[in-house]
Amino acid sequence: MGVEVEDRNPEAALGDSVILSTVDAVIGWGRKYSFFLYPFITACCGMEFMSVAGPRYDLDRFGAALPRFSPRQADILFVVGTISHKQAPILVKVYNQMAEPKWVFAYGACVCSGGMYNNYSTVQGIDTILPVDIYVPGCPPRPEIVFDGLLKLQELVAKERSSKWPRGAAPYVPKAKI
Amino acid sequence: MADLAERIKKMSPDAVASVSSSLGQECVVVHKEAILEFMRRLRDEEGMLFNFMMDLTVVDYLGKRDAGSRFEVVYHLYSLKHNHRVRVKAPVSQADPAIDSVVQVWRGADWFEREAWDMYGITFKGHPNLKRILLYEEFVGHPLRKDYPLRKRQPLLGPEN
Ligand code: SF4
Repeated sequence: MGVEVEDRNPEAALGDSVILSTVDAVIGWGRKYSFFLYPFITACCGMEFMSVAGPRYDLDRFGAALPRFSPRQADILFVVGTISHKQAPILVKVYNQMAEPKWVFAYGACVCSGGMYNNYSTVQGIDTILPVDIYVPGCPPRPEIVFDGLLKLQELVAKERSSKWPRGAAPYVPKAKI
Repeated sequence: MADLAERIKKMSPDAVASVSSSLGQECVVVHKEAILEFMRRLRDEEGMLFNFMMDLTVVDYLGKRDAGSRFEVVYHLYSLKHNHRVRVKAPVSQADPAIDSVVQVWRGADWFEREAWDMYGITFKGHPNLKRILLYEEFVGHPLRKDYPLRKRQPLLGPEN
């Protein structure tokens, strides 16, 4: 007497103790609630980031509280604050040191687009040197919009296919100098 | 206090080109050749004792003044002893943008002068380590000069945007 598998809902035929899914969906579900952050903080947005990460707003509610100050252990690169051209090779080096899968969170107007600094010193958006997964505008962004960004990133991660990885090194790799 | 600039002029009549006072801010313009000796006297002379160099910066008067006094190096000094301050200015020409370093008078001038070199290209003669402090070594030119092109970009990596 074999199990009768219905076309439409095979799970129902297996009873309550078995859940069918795809490997990608299970891995994505696990990843989205266990981000380790690498906070790359350079400027005033950092003050707001402290508020986001601190107990009042509490990033930990979304499973993304643990800052790792080694890129080797981090999943998300939080780029927070103005990135100058002098800083750019360091940022790219940190990105390249992170293990895949990894995501980049552009926090604030400066990181998204250069913000109000359209001048000789400032990178006009880090997407000119790195792949960026989520852009959060604001100068600085309020904690609520950061959470919105994080939740959107979680949705994105949950839907990802494993074929996306590895993504490879940043398109612009610093010369050996730094 | 109001006569501070006048007293400074009396102290070094040859070094001082002019004095002025506005809203309580005493200001002295000096010849750049005399700057080092002048500053040393401001620091040491009884009645002056400017022992704190608060700020050093540069102004670029391109298009407002002739090339002979295009730049002006500006010092802000404060005396903790007498609780008085003065602003000292020294015009510097476009052809020879150089002035004596005051690091040997106030050690704190070190990084200020490096910043002034970095941003305006003023050479401080006698500075122990005159190299860029904010920008990277690969940068060409001095970005706060008024003739630095507004849209000129020199990224270390990535596109020039
Ligand atoms: S976006 Fe605004 S608050 Fe954030 S680093 Fe830039 S200037 Fe500062």
